[in-house]
Amino acid sequence: MFKWLHPYAKPETVYHLCGRLMPWLMGTALLLLLLGNIWGLAFTPPDYQQGDSYRIIHLHVPAAIMSMGTYSAMAIAAFIALVWQVKVAQWSVLAIAPIGAVYTAIALITGMAWGKPMWGTWWVWDARLTSELILLFLYLGVIALSGAFSDRQTGAKVASLLAVVGVINLPIIHFSVEWWNTLHQGASITKFAKPSIDPSMLWPLLISILAFKILMLALLCVRLRTAILVNEQHRPWVKAMAGD
Amino acid sequence: MQPRRQKRLFAILLVIGLLTGAVAAMLYALQQNIDLFYTPSQLVDGLGKDKIKPQVGQRLRIGGMVVAGSVKRDPESLKVSFDLVDTGPLVTVIYEGILPDLFREGQGIVAQGVLQDATTIKASEVLAKHDEEYMPPEVAEALKGIKHVPPSQQQPASGSY
Repeated sequence: MFKWLHPYAKPETVYHLCGRLMPWLMGTALLLLLLGNIWGLAFTPPDYQQGDSYRIIHLHVPAAIMSMGTYSAMAIAAFIALVWQVKVAQWSVLAIAPIGAVYTAIALITGMAWGKPMWGTWWVWDARLTSELILLFLYLGVIALSGAFSDRQTGAKVASLLAVVGVINLPIIHFSVEWWNTLHQGASITKFAKPSIDPSMLWPLLISILAFKILMLALLCVRLRTAILVNEQHRPWVKAMAGD
Repeated sequence: MQPRRQKRLFAILLVIGLLTGAVAAMLYALQQNIDLFYTPSQLVDGLGKDKIKPQVGQRLRIGGMVVAGSVKRDPESLKVSFDLVDTGPLVTVIYEGILPDLFREGQGIVAQGVLQDATTIKASEVLAKHDEEYMPPEVAEALKGIKHVPPSQQQPASGSY
């Protein structure tokens, strides 16, 4: 059933695939990012209660959504790396982790900047904020663990295990605003219900979310290519490419 | 699938399953402690199956809607008192200090303070809670009859709130 996937376990194939995809992904991501953010930050109407401060949503929500999306991608890669011991999957885990950590940090920092004028405080230990902070620590934990062993292979394995186990945090983040009383509001965009955000504000937001998604893929291509070269530097195909 | 891979697959699924169970049990046990605030009905009727009521003198947070017409300001100082409601009973909050910009009647707020008697809280901090609705001023006026005035054009508040 998955026979067609087998060539993609080969580092050389993945290296060239990433090289071909990267410029397209990066170009689309930057274009959409500019479009979504300029539209959202400069050309949408202000909110009826929050005035112009609400505009930070155009950074906060895409970063927050993709901090969780990136984590699930990392966990899936880690799962494949642990069960099927595909090398490329293992390198992907370490390639994804810093991207996700930065997304999570952006979500936390923009959220704090919004919370100060709106709620009246930078930080409150409610379930949503705390679980998102734990997500940041999970990313940092994966990065730290992978470097904590003198044997790189062991480090990557332990980091993958942490990445898989940390998946439990994702539903907690998502449902925290429904399970418990939190200061953080509920979701404005859900799959099944009519969004509680006006269409004039929703469209640039959706574009920004898509842009963050594609940007993550583009950055993954860049980082995975580097990881493949570092790990395969003594293989003939890398040597042939380097021309010695 | 090779038996070795199958073994690893089951081992990892087992670890995830057990940890999910452990976390679920922990969160269930801590259910009442993870809530950021009491709602007014939880404060009056008690929380959970056992109807545990907070004690007088306990530090806690209360969250609810500010009842329209209940905000009383002391003209001489920053003292203010107002009532909070969710679905049933009212709880009075006494506060001295600057209220957040989003504070208004009908707005959801969260106050932290000390329970003085069954339904009165002396707050040391008042936070505004924003809902998930975002809309431009014209839409809000048409839908809810709320008129938005940009801060630059706001008149200084005239006594009564």
